[in-house]
Amino acid sequence: MIALLIRDLRLAFRAGGGFGLGLAFFLIVTVLVPFSVGPQADLLSSIAPGVLWLGALLACLLSLDRLLALDYEDGTLDLLVTAPLPLEAALSIKALAHWLTTGLPLVIAAPVLGVLLNLPANGFGWVVVSLALGTPALSVIGTFGAALTVGIKRGGLLMSLLVLPLYVPTLIFGAEAARRGAAGLDGTTPLLMLAGITFGTIALMPFASAAVLRMGLR
Amino acid sequence: MTLRIDNLTLARGGIPVLTGLSFDLGRGAALILRGPNGAGKTTLLRTLAGLQPALSGHITGGEDQIAFAGHADGLKAMLSVTENLNFWASVFGRDSIDAALEAYDLHALADRLAGTLSAGQKRRLGLARLLVTGRPIWVLDEPTVSLDTAAVQMFADAVHAHLGQGGSALIATHIDLGLQADVLDITPYRATATTRAGASDEAFL
Repeated sequence: MIALLIRDLRLAFRAGGGFGLGLAFFLIVTVLVPFSVGPQADLLSSIAPGVLWLGALLACLLSLDRLLALDYEDGTLDLLVTAPLPLEAALSIKALAHWLTTGLPLVIAAPVLGVLLNLPANGFGWVVVSLALGTPALSVIGTFGAALTVGIKRGGLLMSLLVLPLYVPTLIFGAEAARRGAAGLDGTTPLLMLAGITFGTIALMPFASAAVLRMGLR
Repeated sequence: MTLRIDNLTLARGGIPVLTGLSFDLGRGAALILRGPNGAGKTTLLRTLAGLQPALSGHITGGEDQIAFAGHADGLKAMLSVTENLNFWASVFGRDSIDAALEAYDLHALADRLAGTLSAGQKRRLGLARLLVTGRPIWVLDEPTVSLDTAAVQMFADAVHAHLGQGGSALIATHIDLGLQADVLDITPYRATATTRAGASDEAFL
């Protein structure tokens, strides 16, 4: 299992691996929003948590279609299914690798980009914590979407449509926790809901992903 | 460990391709599969590897014993030859890849990225993967595609050594490998159009 994690991380950092794709997209969104909204500091600071969350979510979505499609195309997935590793574990590891290369950099970049959006000072901690708690769910749910569309050529669009509704609860509670925190209110309740969603999906989603992947490989 | 196939019916895309197929594959034995294109060789091999279910019939003795090699080699272009082999070795709980490098003469290529290898070299690397799995039953789909005569000989030697160690092999190929192997022509087992088709969405019901 460690070998699979190391392999996925190594592939992500090598040429063409896609590390930085999500991060670059996140950067572009947050840099461009102030230009499109206009120079209104108070408006920007009130939408900043939501923009950061939406940017992070779309950045996660962007790199999902590579998650299993590349392994499918070169035959690795067939061999992984026949390997002694449980498919549920293999997919959890792939989701973890996706989070480490996509979600984690977004969490780290968010406070820096928050400055561009005039995020209120007390919101930084909330944005980072809510993203750190919420982005793992995006990777795990995304793995399910990728498993569901694995045999389909150019399945990216279909996968986005399937995955986006599942992302909505995470987005609502994550952005709400960050918004409340930025406004100086207590965001504990949405944060707990967010944590519940994340841990629930981590516990259950790999089984669903493995089941649909077995069907997709037939 | 004997792989036993009993009255198997297989479908591809919901259309039955093979029916009533039975055979045994014992220790140290090799079986060569023959049949025209579309006869169901790949479907049979994928079913044995556990990648798709059979419509009916039984497969016994194959659980966690089979190393599968299909049309694609499962190599990562951006990883080196050693990294590719080491990955599969650790997935299968093995630590040494030297024997595999030796058997397919890959030592000189060990540090090259798999993406820079020729088609034949990639295939050799893909076949070397079988040696690091340590599994007794090899299920191989057209393993000699894009191999030259020398590499085919390497492959035949590797299969021979594997059989000598009590392993077995089921190989779909049209090349004579010079092995002491039975030949199974699956053409007589072709399913007719009247055989009941399995619904392609049965798994969802």
